[in-house]
Amino acid sequence: MSIMEYNGGSVIAMVGKDCVAIASDLRLGNQALSISSNFQKIFPVTDRIYLGLPGLATDVTTLRERFRYRVNMYTIKEEREIEPETFAHLVSSTLYEHRFGQYFIEPVIAGLSKTPSGGVKPFIAATDIIGCLNFAKDFVVAGTASSKLFGVAEGLWEPDLEPEDLFETISQSLLNAVDRDAFSGWGAIVHVITKDKVTTRTLKGRMD
Amino acid sequence: MASADGGAYSYSLTVFSPSGKLVQIEHALAAVSQGTTSLGIKASNGIVIATEKKSSSILIDDSMIEKVAVVCPNIGIVYSGMGPDFRVLIARARKSAQAYWKMYGEYPPARVLTQEIATVMQQATQSGGVRPYGVSLLVAGWDSHRGPSLFQVDPSGSFWAWKASAIGKNMVNAKTFLEKRYNDDISLEDAIHTALLTLKEGFEGQMTEKTIEIGVVTVPTLEELEAGKIGGETGRPKPTFRKLSEEEVRDYLAL
Repeated sequence: MSIMEYNGGSVIAMVGKDCVAIASDLRLGNQALSISSNFQKIFPVTDRIYLGLPGLATDVTTLRERFRYRVNMYTIKEEREIEPETFAHLVSSTLYEHRFGQYFIEPVIAGLSKTPSGGVKPFIAATDIIGCLNFAKDFVVAGTASSKLFGVAEGLWEPDLEPEDLFETISQSLLNAVDRDAFSGWGAIVHVITKDKVTTRTLKGRMD
Repeated sequence: MASADGGAYSYSLTVFSPSGKLVQIEHALAAVSQGTTSLGIKASNGIVIATEKKSSSILIDDSMIEKVAVVCPNIGIVYSGMGPDFRVLIARARKSAQAYWKMYGEYPPARVLTQEIATVMQQATQSGGVRPYGVSLLVAGWDSHRGPSLFQVDPSGSFWAWKASAIGKNMVNAKTFLEKRYNDDISLEDAIHTALLTLKEGFEGQMTEKTIEIGVVTVPTLEELEAGKIGGETGRPKPTFRKLSEEEVRDYLAL
């Protein structure tokens, strides 16, 4: 069995109108055995950037700390908050540094970047385990249910969704996809990032 | 105290003299003030850095001499002092800018690059077996966070942000001249002319496009920035720092 399926878990991110959403399941497993139904895989990086880390649980913790360190150092050195595009490159280069002894994580980045005119622009990206960036205009998926997430999101997503509609779309995509994956599920968490706030909701799912 | 010959504290650069000075660093500063004059002026819509480029003999091919150097598309540096030391620092700065690009997918802000160079110069004041760099630098750059910024770095490794500054020979006179001429809403065109006038003050011989080097930072417009975010044809942002060609320098001198 692949190490990518050892603990299970999935993440999805979607673009809306002046907002982005990122969601994950809450399962932590040991192969087929479920250990926890409250394992967080999505972490805030700044007020406007969230990072999802599906994959091997030990690497989830390690990478979370690593990125916390590097973003803190960046913030102090540069005297400014990191932008989503810059953070995506940081994620990519951090993973590629471990090209021949990888972290078993497929990160998903969701955030709002500042435009020169003072507005915000939605930004999402995902990378493979060695940091190859995928900038998408619609949605990105990762984790053990990624193939299912792809299909559902393809069917449900539409452009310029308002925050409430985006929440509904990403929630339905995630819940329905993880129901078809034995390694993901056991509840879900959804973050919707808008210009002035982040809304976080925990969802109940099938517990089987 | 440091006597005329430097005294007992003038050789080991890591030893403080009883008066609290590091004499070798003061000597490095003396080397800088023997170098040719360089100056930088921050304008409302850009920055100009300029220097005189005089060769000791008419037989030297001065097209080879480069005193204003491009580090990365948004940062340029000019120096006063020892040319070879400058070359080493420029190589370090370029390498550092590329390393930053590799990590973050963008070039460093002037502030960050300046700090990096200053760290290198500071290390040369505390390590064994080396001497301090015999140069002062003026770093001009633009970034989306701080806009245009002008920094001076000294052999000690200290650095400051300036609205206008001069280094090298005649720096005291040049600074006084700049103080009189400077105001906060000077345009880039005016700043270039002020730069040339300031250089003229202490210039020996003829000021021509062969004996002057100029670099400018131009602040991109909002439209250019919006277009740059998308990436454009090449995916490269339009450079905000560039050196003026000999033709351009000649045109400015003629006015």
